[in-house]
Amino acid sequence: MSNNMNLTLKVWRQKNAKAKGELVSYQADHVSPDMSFLEMLDVVNEGLIKKGDDPIHFDHDCREGICGSCSLHINGRPHGPKKGITTCQLHMRSFNDKDTIVIEPWRAEGFPVIKDLSTDRSAFDRIQVAGGFISVNTGGAPDANVIPIPKVVADEAFNSATCIGCGACVAACKNASAMLFVSAKVSQLALLPQGQPERYRRVQAMVAQMDAEGFGSCTNTGACEAECPKEISITNIARMNRDYFTAKLLKSEE
Amino acid sequence: MSNFAKTFSSSLGKKLVMALTGIFLSTFLIVHLIGNLQLFKDDAGQAFNAYAYFMTHFGPIKIISYLLYASIIIHAVYALLLTAGNKKARPVAYAVQKGGQNSPWSSRNMGILGTILLIFIVVHMGDFWWKYHNAELPYAKYEISLDNPNDIQVSELPYDANRLIHSDIIDVQARKQIVVSKDLYKIVNNAFQTWWYVLLYVVAMTALSFHLIHGFKSAFQTIGWNNSNLVPIIRFLGVWVFGVLIPLAFAAIPLYFFFK
Repeated sequence: MSNNMNLTLKVWRQKNAKAKGELVSYQADHVSPDMSFLEMLDVVNEGLIKKGDDPIHFDHDCREGICGSCSLHINGRPHGPKKGITTCQLHMRSFNDKDTIVIEPWRAEGFPVIKDLSTDRSAFDRIQVAGGFISVNTGGAPDANVIPIPKVVADEAFNSATCIGCGACVAACKNASAMLFVSAKVSQLALLPQGQPERYRRVQAMVAQMDAEGFGSCTNTGACEAECPKEISITNIARMNRDYFTAKLLKSEE
Repeated sequence: MSNFAKTFSSSLGKKLVMALTGIFLSTFLIVHLIGNLQLFKDDAGQAFNAYAYFMTHFGPIKIISYLLYASIIIHAVYALLLTAGNKKARPVAYAVQKGGQNSPWSSRNMGILGTILLIFIVVHMGDFWWKYHNAELPYAKYEISLDNPNDIQVSELPYDANRLIHSDIIDVQARKQIVVSKDLYKIVNNAFQTWWYVLLYVVAMTALSFHLIHGFKSAFQTIGWNNSNLVPIIRFLGVWVFGVLIPLAFAAIPLYFFFK
């Protein structure tokens, strides 16, 4: 195919969590513009395996932008140059022949590198465990739609709930702050009636866990919302802050 | 640690301190600018010197000014604490990071802008605030005719430790109002005759502009005041009033004295 591309990749290679890593150059030739970014890496890896080299380690699962497994900091931006997509939804037609592509893992104290481009994002799980849930009693199922929720509120809660927890917000933030993720998880429940009983306990517990995991503080640059594959708004961060300050300074219980 | 102390040592608590001190410092700028507009008055500094006396000797204003000095220090110290924490949050830097494609320049450089402003504040307070309080400044004597308020005779009096900083008497027989005050106006006028000093002020006001274009709206976002009716007003104030109008008007003062 005439429009296939020849690319130079500079990939972060790191044997394990403790090893010192470095950028290693690879040649990716005859890359079809219709390949996804991960498929391009698959082809490069096949070449590496054939040569007996260690393939490049990277996270992936559903490859359709809903699981939040894929990551990759591509040419200085999380999930690459396009807006509102994950790395698995990025196609090679977004690049040009003879381009050099720098591929790095998410960089954050809270996301230590496991190997190469793969990072340990279990800090997000621990933040969720700290309070990102509702407690419900068992018993007869309530009728659907028995609790009225305004459409705008339901929509806003749904938008917050679209967060797939990929960590691009942390990766994009100059402070490696996790506030977009945490605020989305706080908001999806704080907006709905079912989330009210634990609303203020939740926000305090999740923020405390976020701080304990070593993430930075928000400076409102807006980089997170610009890079979020689900385009989650920093309105969530304002809401989380409001709930947190209400809980800490204006409420007497909890 | 008490719950209160814990709140203010959390990431969000520290941000709240930044936001509240930042908003307080921003509102101070309005007062400072309105007062300083008297420098443009063509009265050899009579109004400005009287204002300088009032601002440094009126009790309630003195209390607010000490709150202000404290706010500057707290804002800077918390900025350092937050920056140190943020640096620790990313121990290995990216080889390539294109912040320019996802965030405005000012939002990523608040620390540099703030450092320029802090240096400026130290120089500015050293040259005017400290000198007004401690240096042996000359006095200006204004003799204003009661029959014609535009007839003002100005003369300089040397420094005298026993003289009142500001006095205002009316001599009915001579049909004159006689005002004597420590001449801060002269110090301002002299300072702004040096080109590099004027340049320092203009650079500092440019830094102020960028600092406030991001900082003002950012403070309200941190507090959580992001109601959709409120945000356009905050953005307008942050950009046009605090980001453009106020720094421009401040920068006009040294330029006015330099080119006068």
